[in-house]
Amino acid sequence: MTIVQFLIVSAALFSFGLYGVITRRNAVLVLASVELMLAAVNINFVAFDVYLGDTTHAGQIFSLFIIALAAAEVGIGIAIILMIYRNRQSANVDELDSMKG
Amino acid sequence: MTVTIGDFFRETANWAFLAIAIPTLLAGWRTVTSNNIVRAVLYLVISLAGSAALFFMLGAEFVGWTVVLVYIGAVIILFLIGIMITRAPLGQEAELSHPRSVRAPAALLSTVMFGVITWAMVDAFGSNAIEPFEPTVTSDLSFLIFDRFVIPFEVVSFVLLAALIGGIALARKDDGEGQR
Amino acid sequence: MTSMTNLFNQLILATEEVVHTSEEAEHAVEAGITSGPLVEWAWLIVVVPLVAAFLIMFFGKKMPWKGWEIAWGAIAFVGVYGTVLFVLNATQGVLYEGTVEIATIGTNILGEPFVLEWGWMVDGLSIMMYFLVGVVGTLVFTYAKGYMKGDIRFTWFFVSFSLFAGGMLVLVSAPNLIQLIVGWELVGVSSYLLIAHYWEDFDNVDAGNKAFMVNKVADAALFLGAIIMAVSVGSFNFETILDVVVEGHEGPLSQYAFWAGLLLFIGAMGKSAQFPLHVWLPDAMAGPTPVSALMHAATMVTAGVFLLGRLFPFYLDVSGLFAGDVRDIIIVIGGITLFFTGLIALVQDDIKKVLAYSTVSQLGYMIAAMGAGAYTAGLFHLFTHAFFKALLFLGAGSVIHAVHSNNMSDMGGLRKKMPITFWTFIIGTFALIGVFPFAGFFSKDEILASIKYAGGDGGQDIANLILVLGILGAFVTAFYMTRAVALTFFGEYKGEAHPHESPKSMAYPLIGLAFFAVVAGWVNIPGVYTGFTDWLATRSPSTTFDLHHAETFDWAVVAASTMLVIAAVVIGWMIYGKDAGTQKERDRVRIPVLWPLLENLYYIDDFYMKGIVRPIMGPIARVILWFDMRVVDGVVNGVGLGAKGLASGVQVIDAEVVDGVYNVTAAGTSASGDVLRRSFTGRVQQYAAFSFVGVIVIVVLFVIF
Repeated sequence: MTIVQFLIVSAALFSFGLYGVITRRNAVLVLASVELMLAAVNINFVAFDVYLGDTTHAGQIFSLFIIALAAAEVGIGIAIILMIYRNRQSANVDELDSMKG
Repeated sequence: MTVTIGDFFRETANWAFLAIAIPTLLAGWRTVTSNNIVRAVLYLVISLAGSAALFFMLGAEFVGWTVVLVYIGAVIILFLIGIMITRAPLGQEAELSHPRSVRAPAALLSTVMFGVITWAMVDAFGSNAIEPFEPTVTSDLSFLIFDRFVIPFEVVSFVLLAALIGGIALARKDDGEGQR
Repeated sequence: MTSMTNLFNQLILATEEVVHTSEEAEHAVEAGITSGPLVEWAWLIVVVPLVAAFLIMFFGKKMPWKGWEIAWGAIAFVGVYGTVLFVLNATQGVLYEGTVEIATIGTNILGEPFVLEWGWMVDGLSIMMYFLVGVVGTLVFTYAKGYMKGDIRFTWFFVSFSLFAGGMLVLVSAPNLIQLIVGWELVGVSSYLLIAHYWEDFDNVDAGNKAFMVNKVADAALFLGAIIMAVSVGSFNFETILDVVVEGHEGPLSQYAFWAGLLLFIGAMGKSAQFPLHVWLPDAMAGPTPVSALMHAATMVTAGVFLLGRLFPFYLDVSGLFAGDVRDIIIVIGGITLFFTGLIALVQDDIKKVLAYSTVSQLGYMIAAMGAGAYTAGLFHLFTHAFFKALLFLGAGSVIHAVHSNNMSDMGGLRKKMPITFWTFIIGTFALIGVFPFAGFFSKDEILASIKYAGGDGGQDIANLILVLGILGAFVTAFYMTRAVALTFFGEYKGEAHPHESPKSMAYPLIGLAFFAVVAGWVNIPGVYTGFTDWLATRSPSTTFDLHHAETFDWAVVAASTMLVIAAVVIGWMIYGKDAGTQKERDRVRIPVLWPLLENLYYIDDFYMKGIVRPIMGPIARVILWFDMRVVDGVVNGVGLGAKGLASGVQVIDAEVVDGVYNVTAAGTSASGDVLRRSFTGRVQQYAAFSFVGVIVIVVLFVIF
């Protein structure tokens, strides 16, 4: 197994996630795309960790942290989306442009 | 040790790798392009599962299982709850993506991003192979967390605490706020 | 018997010796005191009254006697110091010139640096003046305390009076022409201030202006003369100038001597009220009587005579190179003045005007004497005149104070009610008209004798004519004074007030001055004692000062003048004594043509007013006003308009160009802001997209480089 194959997978997933962040209208799906990007980054970290034979396993540990933070972030994100939905009766990000101008 | 394309396909592990990677990528693709919101989230599940499998391939068992537990077990649930509570349009008729005027440039951007990263990687690592390895010992990981990485661990704990409190604060209904 | 013969012989010898020594006409006088604290500190004489003036100005109102004590203290100081110097000069001779250099400016005609000095002369001439100003001044100041009592400007009066005293002392102590001119102007200013003391009445203000203006005309000549003299010699200092004269060599001074002398004399004419510049003095009687007594009788008006005395060698002109020719003009002017103004005194009703014209006339005598080359005679008369004229004025003031009127038609019969005033006035009158042994007898006869001598063989021919005028003038003087005395003190009292004798502060000075009016003449009795001559001659350069010094009486002159005086008194008494002051008396004497001419003052004042003043105030002033408004103001307005135009031009530039830059910049910023603002869509995804674009770029750059 080469390292590059994992990196390509990671890159591709990251690009998909980026596409999703920019493209998606629904706030929840935007959050999902962000999750995708984070997953891709995780793959990257762990692949390098193994490739480098790191005895401190910094890559794996860091990816654990990423997972934890991603979970926290999603929790907050969903809460915020729920609040916005309460105020505007819609989860459409198009309408969240009051910072315009 | 450099590996050529032929060597790639001769190795059994690589076939397994392909068998896992391709569904992952497909699922990822479908996540961001599906018109059905529930399906998009479920495709995300498949993608995440695939990434966990890849972790297992790399010997990072603990990380893999953590992904399964946390991501697939909790995060996806949150997504589904979110979808349900915000009464997202269910079914096929929803337009979940921006019109083409936005999608095209986004696609271009993504492609460019992918190209740049890939090219950088290939340029840097080319055909380097991963040396044979033992699966990661979980107790090593735990030792490292509480020894070497204790500060980031604590920081993450605080962040989770903050997130928890923030969530409660956000979700709480203040007096008179509901009427506005 | 032998002892008596011896005594008698000794007496004759003594007399001969006395007579013999006084026969010396020309002699130099050596000075005994030329240094020492008494002369070195003599500048105090000048400074103390000036300082007093300032002190009174600031502190006078708060003092118990409203500043009078400061003034009197100052003038008494001058009197004491002056008397001391006078006595010393009489016994030993004092000659000193103290100077303080003020500045050195450029170079003079001789190529030397021109030094500006302030100084104090202490020689015979100055000491005489110090004595006069001090003694007469003290008595007048004493008198003024009573006379000016209750006046609302009491304090300011003494400020001006002290200023006058200081200015006069500056004048007489001057060692150079510049300081003399400074003093000249100072007394002119104080005269103006004091004449117009009662300025609520505009006539008094006009009188002050008239005095000032007429003096100014003369001062122009004075300045010119002084400049010519100083530039020719290279210095303003009197000693330097007179040294040039005494050495008698030809030079720039001798070239211009006539003009310098003439111009300086015209300046003297103004201050000493000679015809035709005499017109201001009678009007100056509008001032308070102490002013008239001190300034316009005793001291200020004598400044002109003093100037001629100071420059006497220049006019005496022994060598013939200098201003000797001017003396003809001087003597003629003096003669005209003494006679014709004396005539005017005959028709005046105001007692002060009588005395004013009398003063002008007596000044004419002094000037005539100077013109005749009689240094001692002219100054001797100045000396005696100061005392008796001041006495007469103060007496007149006493009378005026009592009857509250200046006019003799409101007076009469006052000799019983005001005895001190009456008797002192009589003494003053006798002194004035020249009755033996009072003061004026000696001084006036000396003048007449000098004029006669000057007209003698080889001298001034015109002097003979002037002598006739002088002798006739004695008649006129006696005549108008008899009239004045008769109208004032004899007959019935015609006024409404209740006259009484003046208070002590006014009576005592009268007695003091009367004393001097009696004795002052005894210091220069030809043939007996002529100390005064020597005292005056203590000067530098100490050479011949008199063409002729009377060693003995000129009995012809004495006889002629005395007879005329007696005749005048008798005739005057006959005309004015009986029914004094009634309308009958006035009609009796009215000589048809002469009287209107006299009453209108020879129409000179009218000529000045209509011929000179009115045209200047009228047409000439209008022309100058037109010029000022059109041309001068035109330039000013033009500059103003130009500035205004320039300002509006600048304003345009400011609004358009400068502001334009700002406006363009602001508009540009605003426009670009509008453009850039479109990127702020508020859509987060767009922001994310753009940041990733940035990331890619950075990565690429990172990788490449």
